[in-house]
Amino acid sequence: MIKKEIRSILATDCGSTTTKAILIEKRDDVYRLVTRGEAPTTVEAPFEDVTRGVLNSVKEVEELRERQLMDGDKIISPQKDDKGVDIYISTSSAGGGLQMMVAGLVMAMSAESAERAALGAGAIVMDIIAANDGRLAHEKISRIRHLRPDMILLSGGTDRGNIKTVVELSELIKAANPQPRLGMNYKLPVIYAGNKKASGEVEKNLDKISDLSVVSNLRPTLESENLGPARDKIHDLFMEHVMAQAPGYKKLMAMTDADIMPTPGAVGYIMQVIARNENITVVGVDIGGATTDIFSVFKDLESKKPVFNRTVSANLGMSYSISNVLAEATLPNIQRWVPFEINEVELRNRIGNKMIRPTTIPQSLEELKLEQAIAREALRLSFKQHKSFAVGLKGVQRERTISDAFEQTASGVTLVDMMDLDLMVGSGGVLSHAPRRNQAAKMMIDAFLPEGVTQIAVDSIFMMPHLGVLASVNEHAATEVFNKDCLIRLGTCIAPVGKSKYGKDYIKVELDLPDGTKFDRTMKYGEFLLIEAPYTAIPATITPASRKIDVGSGPGEVVNTKVYGGSVGIIIDARGRRPFIIPEDPKERVEKLQEWSKAIKEFDEN
Amino acid sequence: MAHAYIPGLKVVPNTTVKKARQLPIKGEILRKVGENVAAVDEVAKTHLPGNIIPTNIANKLNIEPADINDFMKKEEGDPIKEGEVIAETNGIFGLFKSSVQAPIDGTLESFSHITGQAILRESPIPVAVNAYVNGVVDEIIADEGVVVKTQAAFIQGVFGIGGEQRGKIKIVTSMQDDPIEEKMIDESCKDKIIVGGAFLTHSAFKKALKMKVKGIVVGGFNYNDIKKIIGYDIGVAITGQEDVNTTLILTEGFGEIHMAKQTFELLKKHEGDVASINGATQIRAGVIRPEVIIPVKADLKKDSPKQEIIGMDIGTEVRIIRAPYFGMIGSVSGLPHKLQKLESGSLARVAKIKIWETKKEVLLPRANLEMIENK
Repeated sequence: MIKKEIRSILATDCGSTTTKAILIEKRDDVYRLVTRGEAPTTVEAPFEDVTRGVLNSVKEVEELRERQLMDGDKIISPQKDDKGVDIYISTSSAGGGLQMMVAGLVMAMSAESAERAALGAGAIVMDIIAANDGRLAHEKISRIRHLRPDMILLSGGTDRGNIKTVVELSELIKAANPQPRLGMNYKLPVIYAGNKKASGEVEKNLDKISDLSVVSNLRPTLESENLGPARDKIHDLFMEHVMAQAPGYKKLMAMTDADIMPTPGAVGYIMQVIARNENITVVGVDIGGATTDIFSVFKDLESKKPVFNRTVSANLGMSYSISNVLAEATLPNIQRWVPFEINEVELRNRIGNKMIRPTTIPQSLEELKLEQAIAREALRLSFKQHKSFAVGLKGVQRERTISDAFEQTASGVTLVDMMDLDLMVGSGGVLSHAPRRNQAAKMMIDAFLPEGVTQIAVDSIFMMPHLGVLASVNEHAATEVFNKDCLIRLGTCIAPVGKSKYGKDYIKVELDLPDGTKFDRTMKYGEFLLIEAPYTAIPATITPASRKIDVGSGPGEVVNTKVYGGSVGIIIDARGRRPFIIPEDPKERVEKLQEWSKAIKEFDEN
Repeated sequence: MAHAYIPGLKVVPNTTVKKARQLPIKGEILRKVGENVAAVDEVAKTHLPGNIIPTNIANKLNIEPADINDFMKKEEGDPIKEGEVIAETNGIFGLFKSSVQAPIDGTLESFSHITGQAILRESPIPVAVNAYVNGVVDEIIADEGVVVKTQAAFIQGVFGIGGEQRGKIKIVTSMQDDPIEEKMIDESCKDKIIVGGAFLTHSAFKKALKMKVKGIVVGGFNYNDIKKIIGYDIGVAITGQEDVNTTLILTEGFGEIHMAKQTFELLKKHEGDVASINGATQIRAGVIRPEVIIPVKADLKKDSPKQEIIGMDIGTEVRIIRAPYFGMIGSVSGLPHKLQKLESGSLARVAKIKIWETKKEVLLPRANLEMIENK
C-alpha cells in the first residue's frame, strides 16, 4: 500500500469517551512507541466534530515529544526533517460504533452466521430477526421500523434451499421501510448475503427503499460458512455511509492514510495474531465506556483448529452504560466486591453521576475501588454472554455434519474451556490505566475466574486498536510495537478447581525461582498469594491436596509445568472454583476482600 | 500550553437559541422563513405510514403462491375496508368459495407470487411538530422541518426525564441550597415550572404530579427514586420518552447537590416568565442535555455575537463534577503542564482550582471539571 519507508506513524483511536493518540517512530531499524496523548472525544456538543478531540490528543503528543506534528489543524505528512509523520491512521468506536440489525431464516443457523459476520466486522448487533424467532410478522416489522440501525445484514437459505422464506423476510423489511440512524438524506444500507437464487426477488423488494448490496451467501451450504464477503462489505459500507454521517468524520476520513476501522475489528485482529504466533488459546477483553468486547480463540472440539469468536455487550461499560451494569448485575453483586461499607443510596447516586458525566475519573482511592468493583461485574457479565455465544462454532472453512449444524446452539457446549485457557489479555481504560498493574490482574482473575494455570497480560496503554489498524498498513511495524511496547506480561495465575473448607490444605506449590531460591508452600483453601518473579520460564510442581482438586491434569493429579512471572508475578489463587465463594456477611466479606487485596499488593496502602 | 477542552453546560442570561423542529420522516413545511411563531403553532406535518398487517393469501386459500394473481380481487395500491373480500377462489360452479377478508381499513400495499403473502397497511397516522418556543422561523430544513430562532435565557441541565413542556416559572425555595419539600407544592404550582435548590424528595415529586406541575428544575434527585417514578432503572442516559406528566430537570446530578448560584439567580430573575423545557437527555453521540429556554424581548433579526468555543484557561469558572468536592464551584488558578499523581494512584492532567465556597485552592483532575458557559 505505502511503499516508501515509513519513519513515523501517528495513530488515533476515537473512543466513545476518550480519543487516544500514539506516536511510533523507527529507531535503530526498530519501530517503537515513543509517546501517547489523549483528550476527551468531541463528538458531543458544543464541538460536534470528532477531529477536535483528535487534534487535541495529537497536540498532547506534540507537547510531550517536543516535536511538531501539526501545522494549524493539519497533520504534517509526510515527515519533513523532524516535522510531521509519514502516515496517520485511525480507528473509531465513537458515536455508538457500528449498530446493525441482522436477519436470517433459522435462529440457530443462518441468523447465527449473520450475527457472527456482523460481530466479526466490529458491529453491535441490535436485534436478530429470524423466521423462527417467535415474534409475529407485524411485531417484527414494528421492531425493524423502530430500531434505526446503521445497516441491515439479511441472510437466509442455502444456495439450493429455501427461497420463499428469505423473500418473506425481505418483504417484512420493505414494509417496515427502516430509516438510518444518522441523517435522513440517504438510504439505509442493506446487505443481502443469502440464497443466491432469491437475490432477484430480494432486489425487487429492497432496491427502492434501501441501498442494497448483494454479496455471496454467508451460508452457502448447511455445513459451511463464508463470512468474508459479508464482513468486507460491512467494512466498506461503514466507511461510505455510517462514518460519513457522524460529526466530523468526513474531515477525519480525509486526514487518514488508510480506511478508518471500527475499534473492535482492529482489536479482534490483534487478538488473533497473538493466538496464531504463540499457538495458544486466548481470551481478550476490551472494556470501554459504552460497551465491553470479549474475544476468544479456542480450539474446535473436533478439528482442533483455532476458532475466533467475538461478542460485544452493547450496554455493559464503565461510563455511558455504567448504570446498566448496576441494573443487570444487581446491587448485591457489585457490593460484594466493595472492600468497605457504603450506603446503598449513596452507591447508586455515585454510579448515576458517572453515567451522566462519563468522562470523569476517580480521584480518591475509595472512588477507584468502587469503579473497579463495578468493572468486575461488567467483565463477569460480558464473559458470561461470550461463553453462551461461543458454542460449537465453526470457522469459515470448517465443514460440519448436518446433525451438529442443527444442534449448533441447542447442544450448547461452549468452546470456552477455562482449564484449557493459556492467556488472558485485558484492554480498555479501567484495565490498561489501573494505577497499579496488580489491580488489573486481580480484576481479571475475579471476573473471569481462570482455572488451572493461566497467563495474564494487559495492553500497556490501550493501544491494541491502533496496532490493529496499523497492521492493515504495515504488519511488520505493528508486530514489532506489539511485542515490545504493547503487551505487558503481568504473570501467571494458578487456580485449582474443587470444593474444600476454609483453613484446610488445598494445594502444594513448588517453584524454582530465577534468583536460585525455592518456593515450597502448602496453600490452605481460601488463601491468596503473590510471589514476585520476572517474565521468565519458572519450573513448577503443583500437587493437589486431595482427589477432589484439579489443577489441569485431572482430579488429584500432579501438574509439572513452567509458569511465567511478569510485572505482577505468580499469583496462587486458592479461593476455589466451582463454586467461587465470597462471604455473605458484610463484616466477614470486607475482611476477606481486604486480606486478598493485601496479599496481591493491590493498592499503595497495602 | 494546550487548552483543556472540557465539555460545559450553558447557563446564559441572553443568547440566541436555535431549535431544529424536525419530523420523524419527510413531510410538509407549514411556515416560511421570517414568520413569527408561537410555541404552540404547528410548523410541519406529515403522515406516518400505518401499521402493517401481513396476510398469507396463498395459505388461506390453499393455492400456490405463483397463482395468486388469479385470485386477487384488489390491485396493489387499492384502498380496502375492514370485512371487504380481497381475494377469493372460484369454487366449484360458483359454490364452496374460499375468500380472504380485509382485517383492517387501509390499503393493499403489495402481494407476492413467491411467498403468497399480501401486505396490508392501516391508514396513515398524522403527526405534526410545533414551534416549541416563541420565536421566528430562521431556516427551512427541506421536507423535514424548520429552525426556530429566539432570544432567550438558556440553561442546560445535566439529566432529565420527561418531554417538552411549557409553563410559568415559580421559585419554591428561598435559596439554591434548600431542598424542595412536599409542603412547598400546592395548588398555586399547577401548570407551572417550579424551581428549587438542592434536592427533590420522591414524595415531593409525587405531590407535583398530583398538583399537575408541568416541570421541576432542581439541583439533585436520588437515582433510586427514578425507578419509583418510571418503573424501571435507567441503564443508559437516553431519556425524554418517559410517560410522566411532570418533566424533571436536574442541573447538577444525583444526590443532594445545591444548584449553582448563577443558575438559581437566573431562574429567579425570570420568575413569572413563560419557559419551554425539555427533559430529553442523550449522553452518547450527538449529546442532548435537558434545557430551560425563557424567551426574552429582543430584536430577533440579529443573532447574539457567536462565542468562540475556547478551552479552559486561567480564570475560567468551573463546576467540580466528581467526589470529593462534587457540586462545588470555583475558578481555575493554574494549569500545571505535567501529569500529577492523584490519591487514587492514577497520573492525570490537573488544574488548580480556587473553590469559592471554601476559599481553598486544590489540585483536581481536569477530567473532573466542567466549564460553566455563561456568555
